[in-house]
Amino acid sequence: MMADKTFILRIKRQAAPQERVVWEEFEIRYRPHLNIITCLRDIAEKPITRAGDGTTPISYDANCLEEICGACAMLINGYPRQACSALVDNLEKPIRLEPLTKFPLIRDLQVDRSIMFENLKRMKCWVPIDGTYAIGPGPRMSPEQQQIGYPMARCITCGNCLEICPKVNDHTQFVGAAIINQVRLFNMHPTGNMHARERLEAMMGPGGIQDCDNAMNCVKVCPKSIPLTESNNEINRQVLKHAVWDWLNFSEGPTERDEEWKRLGIQK
Amino acid sequence: MKEPKIIVVGGGLAGLMATIRVAESGVPVQLFSIVPVKRSHSVCAQGGINAAKNLKGEGDSTWIHFDDTIYGGDFIANQPIVKSMCEAAPAIIDLLDRMGVMFNRTPEGLLDFRRFGGTLYHRTAFAGATTGQQLLYALDEQVRRFESEDKVQKFEGWTFLSAVLDENRICRGICAMDLKTMEVRTFPADAVIFCTGGIGAIFRQTTNSVVCTGTAQSALFQQGAYYANGEFIQVHPTAIPGEDKCRLMSESLRGEGGRVWVPRNAGDTRPARSIPEKERFYFLEEWYPKYGNLVPRDVATRAIYKVVFEEKLSLAGMNAVYLDLTHLPREMLDRKLEGVLEIYQKFVGPDPREEPMKVFPAMHYTMGGLWIDNERQATNIPGIFTAGECEYQYHGANRLGANSLVSCIYGGMVAGPAAVKYARNLEKGCDATPESVFYAEASRQREANDSLLNQQGFENPITIWKELGAWMTEHVTVVRVNANLQKTLAKLDELDDRFSRVNLADRTQWSNQTLQFTRELGNMLILARVITLGALARNETRGAHFKPEFPERDDKNWLKTTKASYNGGKIKLEYEPVDISLLPPRSRKY
Ligand SMILES: Cc1cc2nc3c(=O)[nH]c(=O)nc-3n(C[C@H](O)[C@H](O)[C@H](O)COP(=O)(O)OP(=O)(O)OC[C@H]3O[C@@H](n4cnc5c(N)ncnc54)[C@H](O)[C@@H]3O)c2cc1C
Ligand code: SF4
Ligand code: SF4
Ligand code: FES
Repeated sequence: MMADKTFILRIKRQAAPQERVVWEEFEIRYRPHLNIITCLRDIAEKPITRAGDGTTPISYDANCLEEICGACAMLINGYPRQACSALVDNLEKPIRLEPLTKFPLIRDLQVDRSIMFENLKRMKCWVPIDGTYAIGPGPRMSPEQQQIGYPMARCITCGNCLEICPKVNDHTQFVGAAIINQVRLFNMHPTGNMHARERLEAMMGPGGIQDCDNAMNCVKVCPKSIPLTESNNEINRQVLKHAVWDWLNFSEGPTERDEEWKRLGIQK
Repeated sequence: MKEPKIIVVGGGLAGLMATIRVAESGVPVQLFSIVPVKRSHSVCAQGGINAAKNLKGEGDSTWIHFDDTIYGGDFIANQPIVKSMCEAAPAIIDLLDRMGVMFNRTPEGLLDFRRFGGTLYHRTAFAGATTGQQLLYALDEQVRRFESEDKVQKFEGWTFLSAVLDENRICRGICAMDLKTMEVRTFPADAVIFCTGGIGAIFRQTTNSVVCTGTAQSALFQQGAYYANGEFIQVHPTAIPGEDKCRLMSESLRGEGGRVWVPRNAGDTRPARSIPEKERFYFLEEWYPKYGNLVPRDVATRAIYKVVFEEKLSLAGMNAVYLDLTHLPREMLDRKLEGVLEIYQKFVGPDPREEPMKVFPAMHYTMGGLWIDNERQATNIPGIFTAGECEYQYHGANRLGANSLVSCIYGGMVAGPAAVKYARNLEKGCDATPESVFYAEASRQREANDSLLNQQGFENPITIWKELGAWMTEHVTVVRVNANLQKTLAKLDELDDRFSRVNLADRTQWSNQTLQFTRELGNMLILARVITLGALARNETRGAHFKPEFPERDDKNWLKTTKASYNGGKIKLEYEPVDISLLPPRSRKY
């Protein structure tokens, strides 16, 4: 019988935040269409390193296994991406796995990304409805409008765009492209827009849009191809307008919704 | 009495809706979830959500939606509660629309609707092909708003272990474990709403997410909750076969015009697109001219089995059939279905706009679940309510596509206020429960952990799980033969025995995922038995439950709900009548 084809996985491990870093190597049996999560499960079933030493299974996060829940982001060959959709066939070997570096480590490949959810809260990323009672339909929306909003609404909060962003670091509180994009989404929604002013003010504060240097690394790693460049530019424009209008003592600035509706020839 | 304390376990669509309803009534909620709620399995739902809004001039109505659902479920669902759900559905869509869900629109700016299986009407609202994601996010955002007002406190990264029951078997709270620190703690509550989702992991290769293990349902079952209709398991006809997961290729692909076929000649190795039209066998269209590719899932799945295993007309080299979209306009595919097509491209490679997809049935959904009453989403344990896929109402013996999201949200809408009302009417709340009750439950759970951590042996939990999944998939999904079900029970005995010799490769007390998984596996083994026993007992064919030895529906003997209970390690089955007060059962022929 022919020996199974195998390949090497090198994993950066840390049993807990205060423990020391160790690199471990594993030899994995090759199968077509294998993804990184399946490799990690192989290791859990047989936690033995390439050198033949017993070890613990790797800690990691994963849920949907189809790149929609956002859980499994990690550095794969140095690049932030989702482990479930990273197919071994397409990766250079040996494959290197490391946890994301911009978030507090929990264990091995597991990190704590709750800061992103906190920032969504801080930026009031929701539509303020009156209640869940049956009070009729929502605002009408043109198909064009929906086609702009929907792609933005597909953010899976994976954090890859924060990981790659040079401006997300220990010295800034920069919220990152994912959050800016959500601010744009809610400012654009006819009802969400009612909080636009507060969002823009938060965006003008510490960690807001002015921290972004427009280097556009973020857009390259987004697994959902979200138009982050447009979102950053749009929020920049809204913030500038808001500042100018504020300065002129107007109570409310024009928003992307007005702009976009105008562009589409819709009368408010 | 002072403000009641309410806990919600699970933050998918059902849990988030229940949370919103409780918080809205002014009562604070503690919300527990293994994964951050925004990563719950509901995020996977692709195709859409049903509501008879009749915006296409077809004469659709909530009554027809009700009829389709009952008929699709082969008449074993309790009818009044299904009728209420169908009546509530249009307002649910409006509510989601108000919350900002980016539903697809018509040129007039109204909601667009597509067709789905088991109906002849355009009744399914959708947001691209990631509808579940968009709905989950909308509810998640509303919950975040309540969180910012301190009305909701989240415990993400915690797993529920057991209910705290007092000496009268009344629920007074929960015992849960922090998955980072492995701390085991109890939390008092006057009412608890469980919304812990599906059980796919019992079958391993399924369309479900990793955390869909049914561990919470199983734990409650072992504490005295009835589990109903466990034997009804839905196998979706079209998924990408996969080692780690079978990725769903949504029914919406067929709803928008996708066609299922195989080459007429066995062993045809030509590329799909070069096979001439007359040499293609569009078996669903030929066999079911009225519904065609949109027959309900149980029917489509059995048809695929028949073509592949009986007529031996599979695709060259693999058990699969074609799901073909190549005749449909690219612009429409991109606008309405991109999310699903993207999955196929990322995980398989070829562009489904250019090449027919290769798909095969995969375990997808459980119609069965925790037993609840017909009004309040209440289980038989006082103080425990449930909503979503983890309970058994609404879908009978076969769920119609796009009916789950609506049942989850509807169930959550009912369970929330019902739990509040129950809690407010309690004479004595959890505050009056002696400390010792909580202490005893926490100790019991800590001991369970310790005993696993200290256990000696050579068995690996993943290996046991793989065998469990393989057996359940082979014998307890599409075709059920009593002799094989018997063998599966014997296999479960063996797995139970080996489980008692599991060796944990990780004995640490920090984010120990091996310990978490092993506890889930123990609970999966018990639910697997409930499913298998229910299937063995039910000697008829109904909906997804297909027994070649008993090929007909048998209303005389089996128009009844299975109720499983657990006592001292023994599982008992009993039955109760189905409420068929609104629609007399008729034979089901598509
Ligand atoms: C791929 C796919 C596509 C689908 N598409 C559709 C569709 O288009 N239309 C449709 O109607 N239906 C669809 N379904 C079905 C539907 O998605 C599910 O039935 C539904 O989302 C279940 O929601 P839920 O709220 O009950 O549970 P889930 O969304 O699964 O949430 C369960 C929650 O419980 C938590 N939990 C579980 N166990 C514990 C525990 N022990 N302790 C603490 N928390 C716990 C989880 O963390 C999670 O938050 C689809 C299903 C799949 C698999
Ligand atoms: S443009 Fe650059 S600085 Fe701005 S968010 Fe993207 S990566 Fe970060
Ligand atoms: S914007 Fe893209 S990369 Fe950033 S969190 Fe969202 S999905 Fe991930
Ligand atoms: S597991 Fe959900 S994105 Fe990878």
